[in-house]
Amino acid sequence: MSTEWAVIAGLVVTTALIRASGPLALGGRRLPPRALGVIALLAPALLAGLVVTGTFAGEESEIVLDERAAGLAGAGGVLAMRGPVLLAMLVAVGVTAAARAL
Amino acid sequence: MSSGRGRSTVQEARRRPWRGDAILAGVRAGLPIAFAVLVLAVSFGLLAEPLLGTAGTIVMSVLVFAGSAQFGAIAVLAAGGGAASAIAAGVLLNARYVPMGIALAPSLRGSAARRAAYGQAMVDASWALANRGGGRFDPDFMVGATIPSYPAWVGGTAIGLFAGELVADPEALGLDALFPAFFLALLVNEIRARHALAAAIMGAALALALTPFAPAGLPILLSGAAALIGLFHPPEPSERLEAAPAEDPWQEAQEGP
Repeated sequence: MSTEWAVIAGLVVTTALIRASGPLALGGRRLPPRALGVIALLAPALLAGLVVTGTFAGEESEIVLDERAAGLAGAGGVLAMRGPVLLAMLVAVGVTAAARAL
Repeated sequence: MSSGRGRSTVQEARRRPWRGDAILAGVRAGLPIAFAVLVLAVSFGLLAEPLLGTAGTIVMSVLVFAGSAQFGAIAVLAAGGGAASAIAAGVLLNARYVPMGIALAPSLRGSAARRAAYGQAMVDASWALANRGGGRFDPDFMVGATIPSYPAWVGGTAIGLFAGELVADPEALGLDALFPAFFLALLVNEIRARHALAAAIMGAALALALTPFAPAGLPILLSGAAALIGLFHPPEPSERLEAAPAEDPWQEAQEGP
């Protein structure tokens, strides 16, 4: 098998297994309150990780402060004013593109 | 959420193992996600074609359907890495689905195959949107929120393959800011209490601190460790009652007017 098809097959299998693992291991069980406390905070913790790596991680996994940060600040402004999500996304793209064009 | 328009709806809901109203509500909530996914998929198609070929690129998007892992794997190939390292990068970038799936699990009912199938519908954004607080998720809503993203991901990949030159430089258009902004919007929605804010700040700090040292994917996975402060803040008993999964998955439909 060529390299590219090996990668495709490998990702198909591992992605399906990883996505199934949590539901298969613990499906339908009642968890103790402390575990529910952790689960309730997983979304904010992981989303914060996605936001900062998507904004500040450079191509060589270094930390960079570039135009994306300006775009994110614009989106944050829209969200702070309770603006719609789609507008926040468009502002992020527009501000980032404008800052790059400068 | 009310679904009962009459007796026939309730009877219909009894026969079906899922809740159509929750799926529909999820589909509506998932449309903005699909927009962001489409744009990302176009750049994936564009970048992957020289490495995977036309057929390989489409097959990967159809069968893997995991943006970060696909980007991570082709980045390794582009840098001259072999199949094993490309797959390892994909696994690391997907690793956050393990804690996400564990979080989802208590809200799932039914056979192992059925639970595993719900797991396949996990995408960051739809999973976060399906979070109902107190450790409870709405799996049908999550499936609905993922539905529009699938054709967007596959179709966007095809657009990138065949019309990629139209968006030759996604970065000049600022499109790489799309997903961080979207995740920020989801995050703002999640900050309902001080503990959530503390978890978000710690998660961000962990991811930033690890980014220069850890391979891509690991900082995001380990940002989830910030949720451990929840050990000391279990949900209020009232939230927990609500959080306990219904014994009868169709109960909600029967409660309709």
